[in-house]
Amino acid sequence: MSSVRVLVGTRKGAFILTADGTRKNWRIDGPHFGGWELYHLKGSPADPNRLYASQCSGWFGQTVQRSSDGGKTWEPVGNKFAYDGVPGTHQWYDGTPHPWEFKRVWHFEPSLTDPDTVYAGIEDAALFRSTDGGATWHELPGLRGHGSGPKWQPGAGGMCLHTILLDPTNPLRMYIAISAAGAFRTDDGGQNWKAINQGLRSQYIPDPTAEVGHCVHHVAMNPSRPNVLFMQKHWDVMRSDNAGDTWHEVSGNLPTDFGFVIDVHAHQPETIYVVPIKSDSEHYPPDGKLRVWRSRTGGNEWEELARGLPERDCYVNVLRDAMAVDSLDSCGVYFGTTGGQVFCSPDSGDTWTPIVSHLPGVLSIEVQTLP
Amino acid sequence: MIRVVLPAHLRILAKAPAEVQLDVQAPATLASVLDALEARYPMLGGTIRDHTTKQRRAFLRFFACSEDISHEPPDAPLPAPVASGAEPLLVIGAIAGG
Repeated sequence: MSSVRVLVGTRKGAFILTADGTRKNWRIDGPHFGGWELYHLKGSPADPNRLYASQCSGWFGQTVQRSSDGGKTWEPVGNKFAYDGVPGTHQWYDGTPHPWEFKRVWHFEPSLTDPDTVYAGIEDAALFRSTDGGATWHELPGLRGHGSGPKWQPGAGGMCLHTILLDPTNPLRMYIAISAAGAFRTDDGGQNWKAINQGLRSQYIPDPTAEVGHCVHHVAMNPSRPNVLFMQKHWDVMRSDNAGDTWHEVSGNLPTDFGFVIDVHAHQPETIYVVPIKSDSEHYPPDGKLRVWRSRTGGNEWEELARGLPERDCYVNVLRDAMAVDSLDSCGVYFGTTGGQVFCSPDSGDTWTPIVSHLPGVLSIEVQTLP
Repeated sequence: MIRVVLPAHLRILAKAPAEVQLDVQAPATLASVLDALEARYPMLGGTIRDHTTKQRRAFLRFFACSEDISHEPPDAPLPAPVASGAEPLLVIGAIAGG
């Protein structure tokens, strides 16, 4: 029988949640790396037992952990992320030039075909790759060489490269997103990059339709349709049907179009999920009710999903990498909160159950569907 | 022989004992001790000082013989009791954070 393994990164360690395909009875394993911030963990599609974890700390900086047995044991691997050449400057909060400085790894994206190849999205924003299982890391400098780098600036969470999407039909094509620069695409394996932000409109930058400067929070894609992208921007839920060349807004009837996460159903590429959040500074659900909103029409028409979610007095957030889906026949949807809850819906969002309720604040969620 | 005491998180990361003992050529300095430490435990590279600049991470300090030697030049000889192994070199994580 199939099973699922949920990889949870929190502010004080990593947790691994496992269940069989019914997704009713869960085993909670952890904390791994207790006391450290685990920004992200992700498994290799080519070898599900190969996991990569970003472990960092304000005291001790960045380390990278690798597992070859599905998270039972771990070993530290390379943690040297040196920018290629002279890093130059980006824009600081006050508009002045600021040198690029490595701070942490926000996201790992393992190769679809090789367990030893993995991409890392880092802060200050850049894309790195390892082809030796994480032992050594090398920047793909074409991204920062795009020419717009001096105009990129940090969002409140830092200038992070947080989204990496690999096109399963075209190994040369990849999408990334940076807060606050925008989305970019390469069609030549990472040598050259194109800003793909046409159609985004951000009132908080001097030119609301500028080529870069947009605070993209997350981008999602269904692997069966890699040209269709969905984006949760700082404000606005957006959609592209042409690999990011142009975007249009699909916020529709959402109660607020601010939020961080967005994801796509594993089998229904027009079914998407967001968690609306009140902003600009509150960053908790409207009316204290935690809700997932689902669109079955690829946006614009949204339905509120409430069964099993907190009805009152809930003031948590759901951060940008803290939602994922499994690929079982009845698609499971998962998200984690800054209040330490991890919710699971085994029926595509119709009903929700907390898997665990009192973890440290959740930074990221990934799900592996295992045979 | 130099004795080095690491913060708990780094001991766990490196699977190191409570006190690490290192053979370092005289005159032992902060830089040469850290070089020897990172050679024995490569996973500690970057966690105490920057990989490239060798700058001490901001929330760590080096104590020896009841003195804070964090701001001493990295190539200055360590105090004699540390160099002889009579006293340990302490790597201390700031008592801070949440």
